[in-house]
Amino acid sequence: MKIMDCPLNGPRNISEFACRGEVRTMPDPDTASDAQWADYLFMQTNPAGVAREWWIHLPSSYWFIAERDTRTGEILKTYPPDELFKRPNRPMSSK
Amino acid sequence: MSGTRLPAPAGARLDRTRPLRFTFEGESYRGFTGDTIASALAANGVRVLSRSFKYRRPRGLYSAGSHEACALVQLPDEPNVPADRRLLADGMTITGQNYAGSLARDRGAWIARFEKFMPVGFYYRTFFRPRGIWRVWERVIRKRAGLGRVNPKTPHGYHDKAYAFADVAVIGAGPAGMAAALAAAEAGAEVTLIDENPEIGGALTYGRFDADGRAADEALKRLAKEVREHAAITVLTDAVCTGLYEDNWLAIDQGRRLVKLRARDIVVATGLQDGIMVFADNDLPGIVAATTVQRLIWHHGVLPGEVAVVATQDEWGYTAALDLAEAGAEVSAILDTRDKPSDSALAKLAEERGIEVLSGWMPERAEGETEIERISAVPVDEAARETEEPRNIECDLLCVSARPTPAAALFAQGGAKLPFDPARGVHLPTDLPPGLHAAGAVNGETDLKRVIADGERVGKAAIAGETKPARKTAKKTAKKTATTLPPQPMLEHPEGKSFVDLDEDLTIGDIRDTVALGYQDVQLLKRFSTLGMGTSQGRHANPPGVTVAAEARGDEIGQVGLTTARPPLAPVAFGTLAGRQFSPVRRTSIHRWHVEASAQMMVAGAWLRPAYYGPPDEAESRIQEEAVAVRRSLGLIDVSTLGKLELRGREAGAFLDRLYTFSYQKLAVGKSRYALMTDETGAIIDDGVVCRLGEEHFYVTATTGGVDEVYRTMLWWNAQWRLDVDITNVTAGYAAMNLAGPASRESLAKLCDDVDLGAEAFPYLGVREGHVAGVPARILRTGFVGELGYEIHAPTGFGLDLWQAFMRAGEDAGIRPFGVEAQRLLRLEKGHIIVGQDTDGLTHPYEAGMDWAVSKKKPFFVGGRSIDIMRARGLTRRLVGYQIENRDAPLPKECHLVIRNGEIAGRVTSSAVSPTLGHAIGLAYVPPELDAKDGKFEIRVEGARMVEATVVPLPFYDPENARQEL
Repeated sequence: MKIMDCPLNGPRNISEFACRGEVRTMPDPDTASDAQWADYLFMQTNPAGVAREWWIHLPSSYWFIAERDTRTGEILKTYPPDELFKRPNRPMSSK
Repeated sequence: MSGTRLPAPAGARLDRTRPLRFTFEGESYRGFTGDTIASALAANGVRVLSRSFKYRRPRGLYSAGSHEACALVQLPDEPNVPADRRLLADGMTITGQNYAGSLARDRGAWIARFEKFMPVGFYYRTFFRPRGIWRVWERVIRKRAGLGRVNPKTPHGYHDKAYAFADVAVIGAGPAGMAAALAAAEAGAEVTLIDENPEIGGALTYGRFDADGRAADEALKRLAKEVREHAAITVLTDAVCTGLYEDNWLAIDQGRRLVKLRARDIVVATGLQDGIMVFADNDLPGIVAATTVQRLIWHHGVLPGEVAVVATQDEWGYTAALDLAEAGAEVSAILDTRDKPSDSALAKLAEERGIEVLSGWMPERAEGETEIERISAVPVDEAARETEEPRNIECDLLCVSARPTPAAALFAQGGAKLPFDPARGVHLPTDLPPGLHAAGAVNGETDLKRVIADGERVGKAAIAGETKPARKTAKKTAKKTATTLPPQPMLEHPEGKSFVDLDEDLTIGDIRDTVALGYQDVQLLKRFSTLGMGTSQGRHANPPGVTVAAEARGDEIGQVGLTTARPPLAPVAFGTLAGRQFSPVRRTSIHRWHVEASAQMMVAGAWLRPAYYGPPDEAESRIQEEAVAVRRSLGLIDVSTLGKLELRGREAGAFLDRLYTFSYQKLAVGKSRYALMTDETGAIIDDGVVCRLGEEHFYVTATTGGVDEVYRTMLWWNAQWRLDVDITNVTAGYAAMNLAGPASRESLAKLCDDVDLGAEAFPYLGVREGHVAGVPARILRTGFVGELGYEIHAPTGFGLDLWQAFMRAGEDAGIRPFGVEAQRLLRLEKGHIIVGQDTDGLTHPYEAGMDWAVSKKKPFFVGGRSIDIMRARGLTRRLVGYQIENRDAPLPKECHLVIRNGEIAGRVTSSAVSPTLGHAIGLAYVPPELDAKDGKFEIRVEGARMVEATVVPLPFYDPENARQEL
């Protein structure tokens, strides 16, 4: 079983984690076309290479980001989400 | 032949003071404690243990510990028991496998005469035409082919799992493994030493490494003693390492226990495994690997033959010949396949003993009815065969020392390469990943001193964290190699079969045919011919198989490659994988009361909840009575399993607005509002109630089964939004119960004096904090069941007290506890959906008729954009309420189909007979164009009967919602 290095809990068995898919940027829901919105929802990049993914350590409910080489399965690095997401957060539309 | 027991020091593993009785094939035999099934049978002269897979040929023990199908036997409750490893127990009832009638006279043995109709790959070539014919043949073949019989009545044995950790794990406790373990432990590492045998020592416990046999004894005494006494070494015996997984995670099968061991470094010192020598009828019982002969002698005190011939390709055969001779057997000849006579001390000693050594000779054919009786030997060199007459030698044992191969499958699992080493004639591991090390014979060493030195070196390297492998890459090895060891000779004879794979009954010819048919690649070759796919997983079959394939392709052996070895390395029982059966459930603080009140408990998510109270044969009437009690007077239900979340912070309201479909920022303190959650695709994923307890404090409920995911989803979104809000899952912290019915206000008033319960002071959807029966509580006026009602949430520790207080206070009003079934019925009468039952993975709020729960004023919420898109496209289905006027019609069940014009047009999601309304009601998905009122459609119920239903507006009961707002 693989080991994953949780930024909060340290190295733990991979069975303690779950993946929520690629880190993606939501297009502006007010201005995006239906096609762009559908692409955001349903089309994964699925790279043969480095993927940046959301992972959670289930017992502690801690979300973080992992970079993983999908060709080798190697986990390259893990870090807290605030390295990517800073306040003020992504602007919401103002309908 | 009759078996012979040898006196000590032979038979070191036997306790001769404790004899055991057992039966094999109905005959009674005796053995000793410490015998394996195979050694006890050998001691009694029993050699035929099974019949072969395809041709039903008699088979016996060949090599110990390699899991060939030949030595698998049947126990009453267990098929495919390795006779060479399983210890004999008193009273064991053992039979052979894969025969009809009796093992000695297999009624199915005629199959061998039809050999020409069963060429290699004949399944694929024969049974595919006409279409569907395989189904007919499959039954016949499955009955004939295969191994033991599973007894479906076998009781589930006890199996468990252990989790272990080590700095260094050493697999294989032979000389290299012991030396590596000691070196690593001396350097400060916590070491676990793993071996599949009942004792440590490996080949030192039976092998002879010099003429007088002293070297092995001395090494064993020293190393085993030091290992046993070293505090930092944990020894696991009878432990088969079946898999090496990522990040040095080992699966170790100890029969009743599966040990999962995580090691920083792993040293694989698994040594060598027996090869086979290929000549005609090389599968006859009585042809036994040299190491197995030695194990039988030294471990079990069994002399496996009286007149022996030894066939060898190296010095090891001479050691076995000497052991046999010293144990009292007559060794007629040693056939050494090498041209050059050996001048070793061992060979000299053998000759001094008067054993004839024929250099450059090997068996061409073995003969015998069901056991070996004689062999004919010929020179290996073809030219010499023209001039030399074959020699016929009578014997009852042919002891074979074929070229052994490194037991390197774990390296392949670990991601190393296994290129062919032409100098040694075997595949050796290279390109080891960091943390994986090879030591001893598996690393190409054969001399005992060098094996031990290699173990020491690798043990030190492992603790030092050195990742540099001994052999860097295949190329470098190849360059250094000047000489090439010729492949092992193989011989065929027109009157016999030369097997390369004993498990799968594959001969030299089969492999040649496979290549000729075009399956040249080793992976295809394996799949078509099934080479190496038997129980021994190619341990003995791959080297000769690959050699034949190389010859047939006209290639070097190294170009053929090896198939990929995958876990498990050895057969693993399903029970071992299953382990103990845990099904943990959560119980509410009121659980005991429910059980005492004869509640029928049901599973709801991870919880147990009362379905209804009373005996199962009265289920229907009890559920209806409970529902009626709520409508007429008073009921109490335990809703502690509801998900409960606390959200605190300046932006908690803004956060909820983004997450749920409604809006909450302007929700007044002391009020609650329904909460519907959609995912980004607009599909409904959960619902509950949001209560505002303070400006910056919300208490949110979620569904029993959904709360964990809701909590994770909240945290996930806020990991991105980073709003000022703290989110806590307090589900287990609060007991909750719903006091419902027209009498609920009066009843609650008896227990609560610090909250004004008046209809105006505490209206529908209000939320208050106060004390109930002296317990601090949150009181919510909710309407899930459609009557005046209060949901009381209090710290879990007070749950039972509070429940009992309500039951006492409600006595006058005839309070009844009600269960999940009655609650489902009551909510259905009110047309409330249950997420997951009335919704599926695509249901969006508009098709569920819940547009009232979607805020149109908010700038954003998760799923909002998707819901807009779907609404603009128009509905494709609609969730409606229906009633069935015909009271004699059968009651539809959930998922019964809605049929319109003969086509499937939807399905029922909820269905029940309403005691209040007196007829069947339900929810169903129907085509959107169906009239919202009085539209008719048909439901196909059991027995393909059609029932007419009429669409009615929701809710079915109390459409003005007057009762819940009292």
